[in-house]
Amino acid sequence: MSILIDRYTRVVVQGITGREGSFHTEQMQAYGTDVVAGVVPGRGGSTHLGVPVFDTVADAVTATAADCAFIIVPPPFAADAIMEAAAARLPLAVCVTEGVPVHDMIRARAVIDGSSTKLIGPNCPGLLTAGECKVGFIPNHVARPGSVGVVARSGTLTYEVIQGLSQAGHGQTTAVGIGGDPVLGLTFRDVLELFAEDKATRAVVMVGEIGGSDEESAAELIGKGYPKPVVAFISGRTAPPGKRMGHAGAIISGNRGTAQSKIDALTAAGAVVGDTIEDVVRLVGERLGVHSQR
Amino acid sequence: MKLLEYQAKQQFAKAGIATPAGRLARTAEEAEAAARELGRVAVKAQVPVGGRGKAGGIAVVDTPEQARAEAARILAMDIKGFPVRSVWCETGLDVAHEIYCGITLDRDRRRMVLILSGAGGMDIEQVAETQPEMIAKLWPDPFRGPQAYEIRQLAFTALRAVPALAERAGKLAAALVPLVQTLHRLSDSLDAVTCEINPLVITAAGDLVAADGKLEIDENAEYRHRDLAAELARDSVGDDGATGEDPYEVEAKRRGLTYVHLDGYVGCIGNGAGLVMNTLDLVKAAGGEPANFLDIGGGARADVVRNALDMVLSDPNVRGVFINIFGGITRGDEVARGIIEARDELHITKPLVVRMTGTREEEGRKLLQEAGIVPGISAVEAARKIVELTRGVQGGVPPALTGGQGGFPPEKGED
Repeated sequence: MSILIDRYTRVVVQGITGREGSFHTEQMQAYGTDVVAGVVPGRGGSTHLGVPVFDTVADAVTATAADCAFIIVPPPFAADAIMEAAAARLPLAVCVTEGVPVHDMIRARAVIDGSSTKLIGPNCPGLLTAGECKVGFIPNHVARPGSVGVVARSGTLTYEVIQGLSQAGHGQTTAVGIGGDPVLGLTFRDVLELFAEDKATRAVVMVGEIGGSDEESAAELIGKGYPKPVVAFISGRTAPPGKRMGHAGAIISGNRGTAQSKIDALTAAGAVVGDTIEDVVRLVGERLGVHSQR
Repeated sequence: MKLLEYQAKQQFAKAGIATPAGRLARTAEEAEAAARELGRVAVKAQVPVGGRGKAGGIAVVDTPEQARAEAARILAMDIKGFPVRSVWCETGLDVAHEIYCGITLDRDRRRMVLILSGAGGMDIEQVAETQPEMIAKLWPDPFRGPQAYEIRQLAFTALRAVPALAERAGKLAAALVPLVQTLHRLSDSLDAVTCEINPLVITAAGDLVAADGKLEIDENAEYRHRDLAAELARDSVGDDGATGEDPYEVEAKRRGLTYVHLDGYVGCIGNGAGLVMNTLDLVKAAGGEPANFLDIGGGARADVVRNALDMVLSDPNVRGVFINIFGGITRGDEVARGIIEARDELHITKPLVVRMTGTREEEGRKLLQEAGIVPGISAVEAARKIVELTRGVQGGVPPALTGGQGGFPPEKGED
């Protein structure tokens, strides 16, 4: 069991012939992801990496029954690609593109909200269901199948947590990198709701960072009686206010969005917050131990 | 990209929003000339931060001589770290009321939010806290934009909270419809994350005039506004291109790097914003002080890494650099090549501690080892190591640690 993707997921790659698109499609294929189609306008009818290429997402879906879009196109085209995936009624679209203009994303998000498509990203590493499928570029060699769900804003910290968990013997169900932009698809809260329903997931690690209030909103959900232990980590404790720390969304505005406010909200809601990734891994072990004795 | 008040007003005026007549002055003499031409003027410091008035950066003057004196005083000021390079001299308005009208990004709603308030001239976030009833909000459909009826609704809500405005609310609402729609179109076409008129003055004659303006353009969308950026840059030529921004950050931007300058001594480089934030947190937790935030981003090539090292080491306070790489889209071998090239070509003698894992980590580590740079074990240990190597070091570096030798034991096969 897992959330969002598994061994049966059929992926269409928007932007498959690009340098990064090609590289990561190959990596995904090597992990076992079933890449059934590519989309590049004007390249329809060709084949790339053993995969048929189509001019439009609609064509690709009709021909291959793809059910998940992997979007790896340059920023000016990303919002359009997301809207195209939604128009083709794909259940899931994963956009890894970094640097999408926020007004573009607001429009794309409005389209997503009016559709049946779930969006992950943009500016994210994608997601991975351990041992089954990955969509995006989470380095899979650190992942092990198991019972911990991971959700993170930062790509690299997603990898850190997965590696730490695997080394400590705690495998994962699905790891989701939701991305660091202010306007994105699924939020912490949305992914926590999915993990709550997943029988195989016994604990969730949530990696947040400064800026916005998505962590606080997740804390609200946890506070209402979340059925599984949540171990959280917040990066950016030393970040000065008013400075954008890399991610477009990682900025403390006035006294809003500080690491401390997030840590406080999560702690008050009943989540446990680790000081380092090592702490997080240890705390997961403790939580799993406690629960397995029941 | 933050526009100065007068630059924002130029954009408003171009779009058809009324603004007071004004002149830019870079010297007291120019301010005097402006006042001679315009009459009674407000002399306003041009800095990209709020709170100018409170800081004494705005003066209303009656004569050209006063304009000269006040401009001289204001041009010598430094407001919240921003030296005042120019003043905007503009005609005073016959103010009946001041209201607020702005569009900004609402992260929680994933939309732009249009805010109208009967309380103008004050910090809107403060108004939202102390007098929430004064504020009306609308989240316009991003494709249709705000419709006339929505704006009227917004106007009636905001204006009815102010008794003096309630009786004229009908007329004002009608005047606000085209103004708000224009402002929304402007915010959309300029990719503004903030587009604000505060105060929006209602004159005695009943006209709406933008008495102050704030415009901030989404950095991700700057590629669509190169002309505007060039125009603003040309505008700043007389100021040595200095907007009061940190010179290191200006240089980093020129190099295309995501860099934030801090005041410590441990240079920090990593791939991914979260990872670099965490790198800073780890350095601090280990007892060190981070000198910067530098994210080389996803998929960085060797030349980007070299550029990043060069950038970080241009800060003389930096005594050593911690490079924290966890490869996803970024490949370890590329990063390793960049580090080695940088060390050799830039003759780096300060200690480098590299922690590398993820995509192509084995290739990357092998390259580093062959070049005599030993990759570190965990991020926590690497942070301790760099702090140990740099704390208490003033400028000079022990010879045993030069040449990028972090003095690290090789990573034990943990994969």
